[in-house]
Amino acid sequence: MRLDLLAALNAARAERRAAAVVTEMPGGAQRVVTEAAGDPLAGPLAKAFASGRSCMIDAGERSAFINVHLPATRLVILGAVHVGQTLAPIAAALDYDVTVVDPRTAFATAERFSGVSLVADWPDRALPEMRLDRYTAFAALTHDPKIDDPGLIEALRAGCFYVGALGSRKTHAARRERLLAAGLAEAEIDRIKAPIGLAIGAASPAEIAISIMAEITAELRRPVAA
Amino acid sequence: MTASPDPLAIAEAWAREGRGVALATVVETWGSAPRPVGSHLVIDRDGAFEGSVSGGCVEGAVVSEAAEVIETGRPRMLEFGVADETAWEVGLSCGGRIRVFVEQVG
Repeated sequence: MRLDLLAALNAARAERRAAAVVTEMPGGAQRVVTEAAGDPLAGPLAKAFASGRSCMIDAGERSAFINVHLPATRLVILGAVHVGQTLAPIAAALDYDVTVVDPRTAFATAERFSGVSLVADWPDRALPEMRLDRYTAFAALTHDPKIDDPGLIEALRAGCFYVGALGSRKTHAARRERLLAAGLAEAEIDRIKAPIGLAIGAASPAEIAISIMAEITAELRRPVAA
Repeated sequence: MTASPDPLAIAEAWAREGRGVALATVVETWGSAPRPVGSHLVIDRDGAFEGSVSGGCVEGAVVSEAAEVIETGRPRMLEFGVADETAWEVGLSCGGRIRVFVEQVG
């Protein structure tokens, strides 16, 4: 690989941008692609960007290897609460980069969240610094509109691939009204998964954590309907 | 942040130091393979390496092939599997088969 291509690839990875290296076989001619559209292999590249799977493409006597590099998936948990204590290690086991944000320092303690990156600050200050993106999942778990609402607004505007909020249907109806008043569009608010988690009849905090993680996984892996 | 070393960052750093670098990439796997397609091993002229293309089964062979790639600048495609007659020397004990593309960096 030419050094300039490798440098371009590493720069994209450092900035959490998706990139793919296409190597033509035989011969070994290479290019770095960050947008599938416009490339001769647009179709397979779009598939690789969506799935994160690298693959060899056979096209007659010529073939090409697509090595796709997606940013690591992140989970930002707003609320250092009981559900979060189980959700954080489950997400870490699934290779997510996990951060817990909660301005309430009594909740956000290292004893309660050992080994997890903790930010004891308000979401409207903490989240912009973290540069949420489409490879980030966001779960608002505090139950407190003062904390959850600004977090949800940041997560929706940043295009997080998953945005969920704890609370009943009634709680969510009230939340919807507040977010509309805050200037969010109906379509943006519709992206919030609430009540959070797959409907598996979860009762305990750990079961709720599993239902949330399953919902995040579905959002990440299920093909997008055309 | 992850604790494991980043072979692509290391490849760039080594190449900038003028160490003479090869990059090995798993391009195809069949059956049970320890490392997924796209995995990297970076090797320098002196045989130092980081990353992996298997669970340690074939790295030795890839490192020695890499020396020639660095020497000639010509990429090579390597194939490893238990069906290979040298299976016990440089095969995959897990029963899979892999193809590894080795190219020069720089």
